[in-house]
Amino acid sequence: MSPLLEVEALQVKRGDRTVVDVARLSIEPGEVLAVIGPNGAGKSSLLHALALLQPATFGAYRWMGQAVSLQREAQSLRREMAVVFQEALLLNGTVLENAGLGLKLRGQVALAWRPAAHAMLERLGIGHLANRSARQLSGGEAQRVSIARALATHPRLLYLDEPFGALDVLARSALLKDLKQLLVSEGTAALFVTHDFTEIPPMADRVAVIDRGQILQIGTPQEVFSQPATPLVRELVQVAHDLVRTLQGMR
Amino acid sequence: MQWIGQGIVKALEMLLSGEGELWRVAWLTLRVSGTATLLSVILGVPVGVLLALTRFRLRWLTVSVVHAGMGLPPVVVGLVVSILLWRSGPLGDLRLIYTPTAMIIAQTMIATPIVTGLTMSGVQQLHPKLHLQILALGASRWQLFWLLVREARMAIIASVIAGFGRVVAEVGASMMVGANIVGETRVLTTAMVLEVNKGNFDMAIALSLILMLLIWLVISALTRLQQGRRPL
Repeated sequence: MSPLLEVEALQVKRGDRTVVDVARLSIEPGEVLAVIGPNGAGKSSLLHALALLQPATFGAYRWMGQAVSLQREAQSLRREMAVVFQEALLLNGTVLENAGLGLKLRGQVALAWRPAAHAMLERLGIGHLANRSARQLSGGEAQRVSIARALATHPRLLYLDEPFGALDVLARSALLKDLKQLLVSEGTAALFVTHDFTEIPPMADRVAVIDRGQILQIGTPQEVFSQPATPLVRELVQVAHDLVRTLQGMR
Repeated sequence: MQWIGQGIVKALEMLLSGEGELWRVAWLTLRVSGTATLLSVILGVPVGVLLALTRFRLRWLTVSVVHAGMGLPPVVVGLVVSILLWRSGPLGDLRLIYTPTAMIIAQTMIATPIVTGLTMSGVQQLHPKLHLQILALGASRWQLFWLLVREARMAIIASVIAGFGRVVAEVGASMMVGANIVGETRVLTTAMVLEVNKGNFDMAIALSLILMLLIWLVISALTRLQQGRRPL
C-alpha cells in the first residue's frame, strides 16, 4: 500500500539559511508520527511546509502514491488535510460556527454542516457549548473546539503543532486521551509536533527526532528510546528517563 | 455671541421649513462624500489586507507612502486633481472639472490612504497565524480575504468612519475642483465658507449645525454596524 504522504528532498529556506532539509519522509495511512526536537529545530517549519502553508521546495510530493503539482493542486490538497495549532485560533462567532467553518468553506449548506459540526463537538465532549461565544471559552475548551473544527472535515491527515503546549497538565492529559481515541476511530493519520517526550507514548506509532532541520532518527518510540542513534537523541531520551525516575522516586 | 443663538434658530427654521436649496446641498454633500468613502473602501480594504499579509522588497516604503497619505492636505489633492482635469490637462477632454464627479475623485484620493492604513493595522492586529489557520481549513484566496475582513471588521469600520469624517469635513479640495457652483457643486462646507465671507455668520452657524447633524447620523449608523452585534 502506498504511503498517504511521501516527500523527497524537502527544503525550507529563510533568507540564506536552510531551516528544514529532509531527504525523505513518509506518513502511512492511519499512523501517528510524532516529530520531536529542541526549540528552533525546524519542527513547525517542517509541519507548515508539509501542510502547504509556507513556501518550500520539494524534490517530490506524493499524495496517496500520486505525484502532485503543488502550483495547481495546493488548495484541493489542503482540503484533504487539517491543522491544529498551539493556539486555538477561533474566529468571532459561536462554538458551532467555528466547528463548522471548514465544512462551510467547502460549500456545505447550514442544513449539512450544523449537524456534522455538532456531532463532532459531542464526540469531544463539548456539545453543550455549541451556542456559546467562542470568546468565552477556557484554553482547554477552545483547543477542543479547534480539534473538532479540524476533524469535522474528516481529513485524511491531521497536523498537530504542539496542540497541548498552552494547556495545564489535567486538560492536556484528558485531551490527549480523547484525541488518540478519535484518530483511531476515524482512521486519521497525524503528524504531531511536540517538544514533550511524555506525550509520545500515548499518541505516536513512530517518532522522528529533528535538529537543525534534519531528521536525526526515525522509528518506533521503543526503537528511539532504547537505541538512540546520535548524542542529541541520547540526551533527549536521557532527560525523559530522568524525569520518569524522579517522578517514580517521589511516588 | 448672539450669532450663535440666531444660528441655532436659523438652523431649526431651515430644517423645519424643508427649504429646497438646503436639502439639495445636504444631499449633494452626502452623495459626494458617501460615494468617495465607498470607493475608498473598494480600493483601500483589499490593498490594506494585502499589505498586512505580504512581505516584499521596499514594503516599508509602500507603507510609509500610505501613512503619509493619511495626512494628505486636501488643497494638495485639489491642486493635483485640478491639474489633471483642467480643460487643457491630461484628462481635460472628460470635462469633469467643476462637477460633483471631480469632487468625488478628490475626496476618494483623500479617504483611500486612511482606509488602507487603518485596514492594514486592523489585519495586523489579528493573530499572525490566523490566516494560516484559515488556509489550512481549505479556504480559497477569496474566502481567506472575506474571513480576515470579517475578523478585522471593527478596525475596518473605524477606518470607514475616519475616512468619511475626513472627506465630509474637508473644504479645500471641494472648493478647488468644484468651485462651489450653486445648484451644482455647492456642499455644506463650501457653502459655509461663502456665508462667512459674506459676513452671514448666523447662516454659517446654521449650516455648520446641519453638517454636524448629518455627520452624526452617518457615523452613528456606522457605529451601530460596528458595535451592534459585538460578541462579549
